[in-house]
Amino acid sequence: MNGAGGSRTDLQAMRRFDPKRLWALVFKESLQAMRDPSTLLIAFALPVVLLLLFSYAVSLDVRAVRIGVVQESESASAQSLAAAFAGTRYLDVTFAHDRREVADQVVSGDLRGFVVIPQDFEQRLADRGTRPLVQIIADGSQPNTANYVTNYAQGVVQTWRGGLDGETPRAAVTMEPRYWFNAELESRRALVPGAIAIVMTIIGTMLTALVVAREWERGTMEAVLSTPASVAEILIGKLLPYFALGMLATLGATALAVFVFGVPLRGSLAALLLLSATFMVPALGQGLLISSVTRNQFLAAQIALFSGFLPAFMLSGFLYEIDAMPAPIRAITWAIPARYFVSSLKTVFLAGDIWAVFVPNLLAMGAIGVLFFLLAKRATRKNLE
Amino acid sequence: MTRHNGYLSFTRLRAQFVKEVLSILRDPRSRMVVFMPPLLQLLVFAFAATLEVRNVDIAVHNQDAGRWSHELIARLDRADFITQVYRVTDGQELGRLIDQGEVIAALDIQPDFSRAIAAGDSGRIQLLIDGRRSNSGQITASYLSAIAAEVGAEANPGTGPATPVAVRNWFNPNLTYRWFIVPGLSGILAFFSALLITSLSIARERELGTFDQLLVSPTSTPEIILSKSLPALVIGTMLGLLMMAAAAGPFRIPFNGSFALLFVSLVLFILSVVGIGLMISAISATQQQAILGAFAIGVPSVLMSGFATPVENMPMLLQWLAQAIPLTHFLVIVEGSFLKAMAPGDIFASLWPLAMIALVSLTMATIFVRGRLQ
Amino acid sequence: MPPATAPQEQNGDVAVVIDRLSKHFGSAPALQDLSAQISYGRLTGLVGPDGAGKTTLMRILTGLLVPNSGHARVAGFDVVDDNDAIHVATGYMPQRFGLYEDLSVMENMRLYAQLRGMAADGHADLFAQLLDFTRLAPFTGRLAGKLSGGMKQKLGLACALMARPAVLLLDEPGVGVDPVSRQDLWRMVQALTDEGMAVVWSTAYLDEAERCDSVLLLNEGRLAYDGPPGELTARLTSRSFRLEQVGERRRAVLAEVLSLDSVGDGVIQGAGVRVVLRADAGTEQISALADRVGAQLKAVPARFEDAFIDLLGGGPGGTSALAEGMPPVELASDVAVSCRDLTKRFGDFTATDMVSFEVRKGEIFGLLGPNGAGKSTTFKMLCGLLKPTSGEAQVVGLDLRRATGAAKGQLGYMAQKFSLYGLLSVRQNLEFSAGVYGLKGAARQARIDEMIDIFGLQPWLSAAPESLPLGVRQRLALACAVMHRPPVLFLDEPTSGVDPITRREFWTHINGLARKGVTVMVTTHFMDEAEYCDRVAMLYRARLIALDTPDALKRSAVSDLRPDPTMEDAFIHLVEAEDRADEARSGVAA
Repeated sequence: MNGAGGSRTDLQAMRRFDPKRLWALVFKESLQAMRDPSTLLIAFALPVVLLLLFSYAVSLDVRAVRIGVVQESESASAQSLAAAFAGTRYLDVTFAHDRREVADQVVSGDLRGFVVIPQDFEQRLADRGTRPLVQIIADGSQPNTANYVTNYAQGVVQTWRGGLDGETPRAAVTMEPRYWFNAELESRRALVPGAIAIVMTIIGTMLTALVVAREWERGTMEAVLSTPASVAEILIGKLLPYFALGMLATLGATALAVFVFGVPLRGSLAALLLLSATFMVPALGQGLLISSVTRNQFLAAQIALFSGFLPAFMLSGFLYEIDAMPAPIRAITWAIPARYFVSSLKTVFLAGDIWAVFVPNLLAMGAIGVLFFLLAKRATRKNLE
Repeated sequence: MTRHNGYLSFTRLRAQFVKEVLSILRDPRSRMVVFMPPLLQLLVFAFAATLEVRNVDIAVHNQDAGRWSHELIARLDRADFITQVYRVTDGQELGRLIDQGEVIAALDIQPDFSRAIAAGDSGRIQLLIDGRRSNSGQITASYLSAIAAEVGAEANPGTGPATPVAVRNWFNPNLTYRWFIVPGLSGILAFFSALLITSLSIARERELGTFDQLLVSPTSTPEIILSKSLPALVIGTMLGLLMMAAAAGPFRIPFNGSFALLFVSLVLFILSVVGIGLMISAISATQQQAILGAFAIGVPSVLMSGFATPVENMPMLLQWLAQAIPLTHFLVIVEGSFLKAMAPGDIFASLWPLAMIALVSLTMATIFVRGRLQ
Repeated sequence: MPPATAPQEQNGDVAVVIDRLSKHFGSAPALQDLSAQISYGRLTGLVGPDGAGKTTLMRILTGLLVPNSGHARVAGFDVVDDNDAIHVATGYMPQRFGLYEDLSVMENMRLYAQLRGMAADGHADLFAQLLDFTRLAPFTGRLAGKLSGGMKQKLGLACALMARPAVLLLDEPGVGVDPVSRQDLWRMVQALTDEGMAVVWSTAYLDEAERCDSVLLLNEGRLAYDGPPGELTARLTSRSFRLEQVGERRRAVLAEVLSLDSVGDGVIQGAGVRVVLRADAGTEQISALADRVGAQLKAVPARFEDAFIDLLGGGPGGTSALAEGMPPVELASDVAVSCRDLTKRFGDFTATDMVSFEVRKGEIFGLLGPNGAGKSTTFKMLCGLLKPTSGEAQVVGLDLRRATGAAKGQLGYMAQKFSLYGLLSVRQNLEFSAGVYGLKGAARQARIDEMIDIFGLQPWLSAAPESLPLGVRQRLALACAVMHRPPVLFLDEPTSGVDPITRREFWTHINGLARKGVTVMVTTHFMDEAEYCDRVAMLYRARLIALDTPDALKRSAVSDLRPDPTMEDAFIHLVEAEDRADEARSGVAA
């Protein structure tokens, strides 16, 4: 170590990308992340909670819908139909004799709909199809549930009537549906990949936006910028630990999904990791961009919430079908990295390694990521103006 | 010299209230960020969040040269929910299109399809559905079955009534999904805004060192809690009202309930969210902890609130837990008020839990703030 | 990018060349047409009042800001064109140094060592030396956020010193550092300049400037003086005097002295009053005053501070409008603040150990001690912000932890840490303080206007506190603390980092308030400020080691070597005596 003025060659050599400096920054960031309980909460506790909720709470498979059955007729056939309703495991039936009794319960939300077996039920049955047998009222304020009520109730009536005739006339066209990849039609299988995308978005975008904004807020950025470390080293050093944290969270969530919740992983682990790693590029880039522009934790959190987290939740196609959205909104989803990630994740978990799906998605995520990084670099120029 | 002996002083409260409002709204960037995104999100998500099926592509492999398969395909071409029908000549190709996610469903029409129908027998179609999109797959399958049934009915008019039941949907006759999603979304967006604002409020003062200054002043802990609650309460309520006005106005969602009751519910709802936010803030040492804490509470709250899927579908334990979430109760009220004209008694049934949550959480927040003074 | 062409050979021993440098932010000029040179092997002081452009210049020299016009070369590299090389050639310690509060002392040092291209191991010697230098060795495992202000500053310096840069730029390294630690800093810097390093030390402390080899004095973005401090001081020959033994009346005398038009500056020094005459002013007025009050007038050597104040046009006047407008304080008891056996432990670390004292009404009571001695902890317990582990603390006879709002209204508090609302404007901060102390209606408006007027805040009213020069910010903080006219005032390092002119203004107010009967508790690192106090309590290693008048404390340090010790000498003497006593005790125990 020389005192004043290192020789010129020394100085120039030190400016190049230096893995040791990078390592020092990575080590520092990791220590900080590990010491903050909130980081661990988000990276390890939240995925578990989300997976639990997606497995047990957020189920698009409706079971035991509460409906009412109004027996206006006391005939034997009506009794028999009512019994058929009572016997379905998909419905939780409340019996009544007057529709006014159950109508109020539909308004208050205690029942999701009701079936009326009319007074002239015997006669309608004898008419063989000129008039409807029963009336189904569903609570349209929850359209999804209303559809289930209608479908299940209709199914019960059809089955009951089929049993009555002994043999139903054969339909002229029969569909033999087969559900590929998810024969059991468990919605959790389709939702778990979404949970991983959400957690990765929170770690990648939200956490990163916060930690970088904090460095600006607390003035540590100025001190680090005045050292020989280059902007690239500082940013990569900042992001690498969160990249690793995101990958760890993905691995943990995958293990949990596969071994505890019975979600299959039909593709390869390597493909899953490649997809996750690629998704982290735009996620981290977005976080970096937000924090470089705001330099304030409150704003960074708000913007990350509205530009990162909520779109990943609503527009990525994991809960709501992108195809069904109007064209302008479909156009917006093209800019949301989570959409490519969710579609790839569903495939890697449920279908297998289908590179025709992965490659375009990887390219799209990579391109959005590079764009974010370029913008972030412009915003973090190496001076304080 | 001050002459305030009371526990609560209006002058002190007003000063703190102004301070809180300015902290959130003085910076034009904050103002933008507090009000604009939720409104934009409402607009985008209202159209995005739908469980209906539209604009899907399907594939057909027709091995039958007869009349009925052509009739079926012609109907598929005309179907509103289908954008494009791919015709393929190879069974393998069907599998590839499904694999790659190009189509959601594929029909394989068997060679004897028309012949079987003509013979009074049943014409068979194999339907492949992409199970990765389990929910829309099922809905697509039911739409396709309905089309198949129409073809069947035309071919063989004697096969009994297609519908042995009459269906009516109350409150939302066409089952427009937006009518369900928009009122709920306004609750969720107001929830997140209020939660973030309050969870940061104490943590920010602590991190930046102004909290000590506040503690040596004559102000009392209840005053601090109150003054931190009010601005978020006002902003959250305003946001909620704005979004509900958008729902009733531009979105043309029928509003049948009592506005006064809904307003009271909204205020109580935001207040209970504010209480939870302040609890998080009081136990957080830094802003980062506060924000991440808010997320760790907020995200599961939304999932369990009944917004994505009904509460009654959940296991018992989670249903109980959901009762502790303000959003659960508010969603019942807001949907009841918009579409159902819910009776005041039913609204009160969801209102008092909100009041309880607000009371408990604000009390806890006060205790936590006191507890931090060692 | 390395520089395309090798910079010209170092021009002799010139480390920094500043050539017609200008920088403005928006329309506000920060530096105007500045030219100067800084040499290797010398300590160059960068001095000037707040807002003079010191930090802006530092940031330009470290390549963090780009000048609007002009050039600067550091160690042969252009700050703009060879920006990358600048970061290698310079070490920089920002004013608010970027220590990671959730990393330990050792982890912070390792980080900066590695960022400066040093291998993580193999520097045990340097680390040991730096730790020894900074006396941080016992605290290597402690989180930086839990260090006292001065310890943070020393750790910051240690981090900036990694890899021995050619040019070391220190932005106000002495702020918040006690005399003992400050001696350490000087020792460190001396050793570095001896090795040939160029060190730039920006400061508002003029005793520091006096010790520099050369100073650059900035005022309003322009260079006001460039040369050895002694030359500037020499211009003041035979204009400095002291009125000896004024005793009890010194505050009144000071006020009178400062109202004389022949006097440019005056401060209290123990029982005396130090006076600097204006250029070309005779001694008639001051002699007459000395005779009238029965004090002896003694010529004293000029200090750099005298020259500095003179160059900037003299100090503020001696009357405090703040105190003038205030009615005399009535207190039921003659004891305003008291504590008995006050003790605070954090885990097994004792921050305050059995401290007892009483402060009388109208007294200015100073709390002195090295960094980490427990001053702030004691202060916080008195204010009710911390719960004592044992013992009692009372203000106006009340325990503030359990006190009502009305009782807390008796207290004014100015925290050490910047504690204004950054998101509120200056006026909004004032309005908030008025409201939270229960002022309302016309009285509130009148009081706010009064504060704006007294503290000269008019031009800044709609600015954010963070954008203000430090001095204005501290004035605002003081305004917020005194607006409700509290009978007891707690000031935790109120003048830390503030320039001498603003400091004089602060003390004019403090003196005025004390004359009205306000009790003032103050902690400070400025030893000359300790002289303004009626009594000083010296804390060291959590214990109260001395409590007396400044003159008595100074007398205790008289030795053959130092017949006329300064307050700083007294402080160091007491601390060293305590260390020896400690050693003796542990020797006996062993």
